[in-house]
Amino acid sequence: MNIAVCVKQIPDPADPGTIDPETKTLQRDVKLILDESDSYGVEMALQLAEQAGGGDVALVSMAPNNEMNGLRTALAMGAASAVLVSDEALAGTDALGTAKVLAAAMGRIGPDLVLTATESSDGYTGTVPAQLAELMGLPSVTFAKEIGVGDGKVHVKRQTEAGYDEVECPLPAVVSVTAGVVEPRYPSFKGIMAAKSKPVDEVGIADLGIDAAAVGWAGGGQEIVDIVAAPAREAGEVVEDEGDGHERIVAFLEELKVL
Amino acid sequence: MGSIWVHAEATDGTVASITLELLAKARELGEVKCFYAGSDADAIAAELGAHGAVTVHTTGDLGGGLHGPALAAALAATIDSGAAPEAILFGTTYDGRDIAGRLSVKLDAPVITNVVELDGADGALTGVEPVFGGTTNVHTRFTGAKTPIFLVRPKSFTAEPSDGPAAGVEALDVPDLGATGTAVMLNRHVEESEGPKLDEAAVVVSGGRGLGEADKYAMIEELAAALGGAPGASRAIVDAGWVPYSYQVGQTGKVVKPDVYIACGISGATQHMVGMKGSKTIIAVNKDPEAPIFSIVDLGIVGDVHKVIPKLLETLAAR
Repeated sequence: MNIAVCVKQIPDPADPGTIDPETKTLQRDVKLILDESDSYGVEMALQLAEQAGGGDVALVSMAPNNEMNGLRTALAMGAASAVLVSDEALAGTDALGTAKVLAAAMGRIGPDLVLTATESSDGYTGTVPAQLAELMGLPSVTFAKEIGVGDGKVHVKRQTEAGYDEVECPLPAVVSVTAGVVEPRYPSFKGIMAAKSKPVDEVGIADLGIDAAAVGWAGGGQEIVDIVAAPAREAGEVVEDEGDGHERIVAFLEELKVL
Repeated sequence: MGSIWVHAEATDGTVASITLELLAKARELGEVKCFYAGSDADAIAAELGAHGAVTVHTTGDLGGGLHGPALAAALAATIDSGAAPEAILFGTTYDGRDIAGRLSVKLDAPVITNVVELDGADGALTGVEPVFGGTTNVHTRFTGAKTPIFLVRPKSFTAEPSDGPAAGVEALDVPDLGATGTAVMLNRHVEESEGPKLDEAAVVVSGGRGLGEADKYAMIEELAAALGGAPGASRAIVDAGWVPYSYQVGQTGKVVKPDVYIACGISGATQHMVGMKGSKTIIAVNKDPEAPIFSIVDLGIVGDVHKVIPKLLETLAAR
């Protein structure tokens, strides 16, 4: 079974960058890391491949400047290879454009199962999994908290408002994985060394048959008309706990008539 | 005024709050049509109408088929037949994102996501999306002639009935879905939880990494129960597997706006703040005086949650 995992390399969330008021793009000239949300998909893919008794886990990523740092982390976890799409024309690409690029890149792998996170930690549109499935003409199950594969089908426990749904879906399919459902493994030293020589298929959009007009700012079909500071919330009283912190809370709750 | 389409969601004949919130805004912007996947449209037509929907277009029973591909294909077919709306509004929900995502591909149109306000003042609808933990708002609008699709975050608008008559129920054809329609829901599991729902509770008590270990989350649940509230969590401890995803408050989890929000051992990552800074009153307990959460609190206690919360529980129990 061949599993493809979509991974995003993002600026460290501890240092999220700024929006350039001139170009209206996120400034991210910091080193990119593997989006933590995607580490669950990578781990899930590795476990499913192990359970299936074999099969490769391939990564698919779109990143500026052939950035590979985050990919190396996922390769060190155990993924076998990666397709990395980098192209100057991709600057400003929105979720739909991203899905188009990822769908085209999937053509280089031909996966039985495509795993994604439910949303990235920096863009968080949460639409890419469904967009990718629709572009690939595949069924999809989003917000998976548990995945099993057998008999050419994927069985998913899908998160819902009230609990979860059991969903069955024939392969190939796209499944988005909820964070926290598996414990992503730490790359071993051996894994880190091996990752350095694993194949990364570096392609541009022309290699994927994608027209530059369909991606980037031009392909976006939306424009930012204003960026404004949100009304700030005033900070209230902050006090040191001197053994009476709980009393302060009780008094405040009484004032609010919660108690 | 043109027509505004709203994706309607309901459970057991009760319309979801997010749908009623969307209707409150949609009826200001145009004539409202609801689109619904389910066999019980008749049961919800009165409530949808009371909140401003003129009609509800329903696929009927999908026999376990997921809503995403079916409604996306049905909406796209309706638009292709020449009945394009001014805009389509979805809630940021599990199904809402599925439908919006697939529809955007069918229409080759982008989606404006994480919308907290819609402004129709100058003719073209503009969506407002918070970024950087809600400190900055980005105003975005569509260019070109594609049908605008918006994904709106829960609690952005206030649900309020407009006392309209029941919505007219109309059948909505679902085209052949091919492979995209082959995922089937076999069983629905409802996880019983005691007390109020996280996004409806008047009091929410959330725990974060500062709790130190998974077992300590019990005191968050205890405190929530003592105050008649719901327990919540930061993304950090959900990702760590301490509590399920459904507990998560934040950008990637639930948006809550309770009367009182109590953050315990939560430093206040931007991702968390976006989901709770709309709370009427915020209390935080954290041992780091520099924690960002303290910049938005009404009452902040710089202290150890392992000392403050147990004493708080004792005091409450003694009352």
